[in-house]
Amino acid sequence: MSEVLDLLVDHPFFAGMTDEQIRVVAETGTVVSFKGGETIFSEGGTANACLLILDGDVALELDTPGHGEQVMQTLHAGDLLGWSWLYPPYRWSYDAHVHSDTEAIRFDGPALKQVAEVDPVLGYELMKRFTEMLVNRMQSIRIQLLDVYSTPR
Amino acid sequence: MSTQLLAEPIARPMHPVPCRVRSVVRELEDTFTLELDPPGGDWGFAPGQFTMLYAFGVGEVPISISGDPNDPSRLVQTIRAVGPVTDALTSVSPGDVVGVRGPFGSAWPTEVAEGHDLLIITGGIGLAPLRPAILHVLANRDRYSNVTLMYGARSPGELLFTDELQEWRSRFDFEVLITVDHGDRVWRGPVGVVTTLIGRASFDPQTAVAFICGPEIMMRFTIQGLQGKGVTSDRLYTSMERNMKCGIGLCGHCQIGPFFVCREGPVFSCAEMTDVCWTKEM
Amino acid sequence: MTELLVIDREGVDALISALIERGYEVVGPTVRGQTILYDTITSTGDLPVGLRDRQEAGTYRLEERDDEALFGYVVGPQSWKRFLTPPGTVFWKGLRTEDGFETIEHEEAPRYAFFGARPCEVAAMKIQDDVYLPVEDGIYTERRRRSFTVAVNCTEPAATCFCASLGTGPDVTEGYDIALTEVLGKKQHYFLAEAGTDEGREVLATLAARDARDEEVVKARRMVVRAAEHMGRSLDTDGLKELLYANVANPYWAEIGDRCLLCTNCTMVCPTCFCSTVEDRQSLDGSSAERARTWDSCFTLDFSYIHGGPVRSSASSRYRQWLTHKLASWQDQFGSIGCVGCGRCIAWCPVGIDITREVTAIRERDVRRVEVGVPAVKEVVE
Repeated sequence: MSEVLDLLVDHPFFAGMTDEQIRVVAETGTVVSFKGGETIFSEGGTANACLLILDGDVALELDTPGHGEQVMQTLHAGDLLGWSWLYPPYRWSYDAHVHSDTEAIRFDGPALKQVAEVDPVLGYELMKRFTEMLVNRMQSIRIQLLDVYSTPR
Repeated sequence: MSTQLLAEPIARPMHPVPCRVRSVVRELEDTFTLELDPPGGDWGFAPGQFTMLYAFGVGEVPISISGDPNDPSRLVQTIRAVGPVTDALTSVSPGDVVGVRGPFGSAWPTEVAEGHDLLIITGGIGLAPLRPAILHVLANRDRYSNVTLMYGARSPGELLFTDELQEWRSRFDFEVLITVDHGDRVWRGPVGVVTTLIGRASFDPQTAVAFICGPEIMMRFTIQGLQGKGVTSDRLYTSMERNMKCGIGLCGHCQIGPFFVCREGPVFSCAEMTDVCWTKEM
Repeated sequence: MTELLVIDREGVDALISALIERGYEVVGPTVRGQTILYDTITSTGDLPVGLRDRQEAGTYRLEERDDEALFGYVVGPQSWKRFLTPPGTVFWKGLRTEDGFETIEHEEAPRYAFFGARPCEVAAMKIQDDVYLPVEDGIYTERRRRSFTVAVNCTEPAATCFCASLGTGPDVTEGYDIALTEVLGKKQHYFLAEAGTDEGREVLATLAARDARDEEVVKARRMVVRAAEHMGRSLDTDGLKELLYANVANPYWAEIGDRCLLCTNCTMVCPTCFCSTVEDRQSLDGSSAERARTWDSCFTLDFSYIHGGPVRSSASSRYRQWLTHKLASWQDQFGSIGCVGCGRCIAWCPVGIDITREVTAIRERDVRRVEVGVPAVKEVVE
């Protein structure tokens, strides 16, 4: 068993998938680690992978003139980082900065897409998991937009 | 009606008791914690209860008690200035006198959580009414399994009780997770809404109990998030906010469905808060 | 069986005098402008003698009768809550002192005799008792305990009346010190009187009353029974709480909201509506202050205000709150519905919104029936 497969079989993100499906997905992944302060990717860079965070904290930041780098959201163990590899123009929208030492599984974007194209059943399983996480992410951002803690006068 | 009941003492539930201000601590730009001499010397309250605080001539508002339930010698209340009465109440100095009625309302059911994991999930000023519950739980820590505080604020500068949060964080038996909606240049902690912390807490969804207090939208999403994890409604508790004028179940303002929030609430189990209660504009 | 007595108009006058002598301020129906309002009375001459009220949705008119009936009308816009929780009653006055402030005890509650209270109104007082008495608010409780009630059974209900369907009239069964039934024929005019309490019996004993003859009792009873049979409206209470809770999201509320002017009339004239606000006032120099209770209404925007805005901003949500509280959540809170069928909210609504019709309309549009009854997809397929 590869190291990646070991990590994936019991991971909640893949709960419900067959051992064979997980094995196929694991082949597209490698374990990566980053030190606090490092940059995983930068806005505008080529998006060709996504990362399932196993440990650590990563901040999605956007540099705005006059405001410096603003943290939009932080991601932690269990979160999936990176969507831009799915669709053209395959460019990152934010900077991903490592806040504390981070370990993750990096899935190769083109390889993962290839897996899904070849096996649509597996592709659908993956897409269900991606969309769930995306919906949660979007809902969080919506609540953030409501600014519920502001003082109304 | 006959006259035989005339001899009964006449109740005065709308009379505030003058209480002296001992200290005023500015927590945030618009939020202050008042420590008062309790009405009539020592007094007791249960975590989650509130008082009606009166600024002489200006008016009266419901304010949750944020002090230690094990210390009957002081009445501690944390107030955010959002209108004329709270402006007046937060402009007091030590030695001034404010009026107090109460305590009123229901309490966080700390005993229900005994033997189980306890999740305390709060946003903004919502930490104040949960602070007494936290202090009670920490004072009786051995009665609970995992205890986790999930606290969301607008920004790092708007976190309440920061010294105490530090102290709590340093404990090994209390998981304190803090997130802010908007970070700043120095904030290195999580950025995102408080619901994103749920996935990071360790608890058994089958038995865990959650106390939730914050803006109503935040509570609704938190309830959804916990239900999604398998926590049932009867183990979810919220503290509701409604307009209150009397605190004694008479003025009618605070009704949600069948409940007077001042009397049956403010703490409700989500099992009693039926769909009728959550209906829009109810 | 309590003793039934007969008195004439002079006897009614003697009754008023006896109550005054016992220290009561007697308040009863009087004519003010074109309306019957409750005010201090000292004799039957102060009553709206020989008048009747014609009521319909959005309509109230006084008309001359062709007799000398003392109680030939039903209810006007006021109810006795006007005296039990008067708008603006001061809880306490306060003075700023060296040591902060002090509150001063308020004045002693007046002793009222409510003269001519209709059965629905007596039922309304009972309902308000359930709201106020357990709390001991310092206003209602004292006034209520000191009050005396002379009820009058109804023999000519208005078109807006529906007490019979709620069991709150047209005859009074409890909650009175003395109950009267006015009988008016071609040649006779008498009042059947009975006591409901010891004090009522004591008062009646001072009057020149004689025992009622059987036929007098039968005639009075028959008139009340006839009144029950001639109610202008009715309200079906069967499963009412479940109906209203199940229909909180019924789109029909919006239709009512389109008609409702949010004028608050229905809540002001309702004899059971108890919502109030607490007003803290201070003198210009800030040296003294007082706290008063004023009437409030769930139809105002302010009513549900929490910092940031009101919980109930739409008219439909406020009408729903009123009706659902009155007929459904009231049952959870106090064990009865909060409506006595007096019909005031119907008559005094400027656009004639009729609580009995709206309940019927919601029954007809019950979402539970619609959901179960109409398999939309299947219909399309077939």
